[in-house]
Amino acid sequence: MQKIMNEKVESPKHALFEYCLRIGDTSLILGQRLSEWCGHAPVLEEDIAMSNIALDLIGQSRIILTYAGQVEGKGRSEDALAYFRDARQFRNLLMVEQPNGDFAMTITRQFLVSVFNFHLYTELSKSKDETIAAFAAKSLKEVAYHVRHSNDWMLRLGDGTAESHRRAQDAINDLWYFVDDMFQSDAVDEMLLKEGIAADLEKVRQQWELMVTGTITKATLKLPVANNLLRMGSRQGNHTEHLGYILAEMQSLPRSYPDAVW
Amino acid sequence: MVNNHQLKYSIAQIRTLLNNVLDPEVPALSIEDLGILRDVRETSDGVEVVITPTFTGCPAMKVIEEDITEVLQKAGINNFKILTVLAPAWTTDWMSVEGKRKLKEYGIAPPELSTEQHLMAMLSGKKESVGCPFCNSTNTRLTSPFGSTACKALHYCDNCHQPFEEFKCH
Repeated sequence: MQKIMNEKVESPKHALFEYCLRIGDTSLILGQRLSEWCGHAPVLEEDIAMSNIALDLIGQSRIILTYAGQVEGKGRSEDALAYFRDARQFRNLLMVEQPNGDFAMTITRQFLVSVFNFHLYTELSKSKDETIAAFAAKSLKEVAYHVRHSNDWMLRLGDGTAESHRRAQDAINDLWYFVDDMFQSDAVDEMLLKEGIAADLEKVRQQWELMVTGTITKATLKLPVANNLLRMGSRQGNHTEHLGYILAEMQSLPRSYPDAVW
Repeated sequence: MVNNHQLKYSIAQIRTLLNNVLDPEVPALSIEDLGILRDVRETSDGVEVVITPTFTGCPAMKVIEEDITEVLQKAGINNFKILTVLAPAWTTDWMSVEGKRKLKEYGIAPPELSTEQHLMAMLSGKKESVGCPFCNSTNTRLTSPFGSTACKALHYCDNCHQPFEEFKCH
């Protein structure tokens, strides 16, 4: 796997802060995206399912962003980090900011990310950082439900009607551009891996590929052929154009009324 | 500062007081029955109440904290802190036998498998058949793995034709 040169990692503390943002921002943005389905899903059960999953993800991001603020030591709360940073400061995976599209697109994105989180958190539950380990062990149980939900739907869509099959295949093809971004490791990962804090993304990738390939094949779908158009850059805050729109909506209230409290 | 609580109540008595704090979403169960209440202990400046969230995004946690505060303050205990811990992660294995009985009586199927068994069943794609809380039949099916709250799934009983909720294994 190709390694990227990141801006210099100033200190282990800075690396840990960055690492927490990657996990927390990914959950936050995916949760925000999924919540767009609330009131719009094709059936009531799916409306409830997606709102539930969104709630889990936002709950997870709250824990890890709170911790990021503590690690940083500048007095920033979870809300300060979620609402008062701009797109370039966000570290979420490019995959999760992609638009919901149709139901197949939402489910495929959820499947690829849930399987990623499942294996990432399995590794992180062994982290030497106690907060990260506790967070990962806790979140893993919720993610197992997310995996089952999206896995079931991948099989139903792929092995369903000609139209559902086509839509699922289109979604896989479109989202595949953002797969490598999930597994890109840099100086932050390297530093924290040495300390037994971070997960080995190479290991996560092997597990991820095994499960994803299994389901895609079983769903009579095909893995896209390798191409050279893969997008990367979430580690440096180089996002696709979609993130700005999500933030504009998500952040408008606290930015308009910075003193507002719940 | 005078620690009023030390004059008034023992830790055991405070635990009994906290038995009145019910889950706002499942009011049949107390936070003790659910395993949310992890510890009540004396510290140098009062009492510390340790709780743990069921699901990370569960909105009931905030209400539970407010309810604990209310119960303690009503009893004249003001020197207390509520501490939320994540480890060890909450599991339905901690739900008391009494809690499971009350849950069923309330019309919600209690978690039957241990978390370990459940995770294995889920990942192997094995079909679940949860006992109906109304007629005890296992001739039931899962209609949605997600329900009205983060901790529940929806099922349908093909025997008594009742839809029912299940408290998910976690």
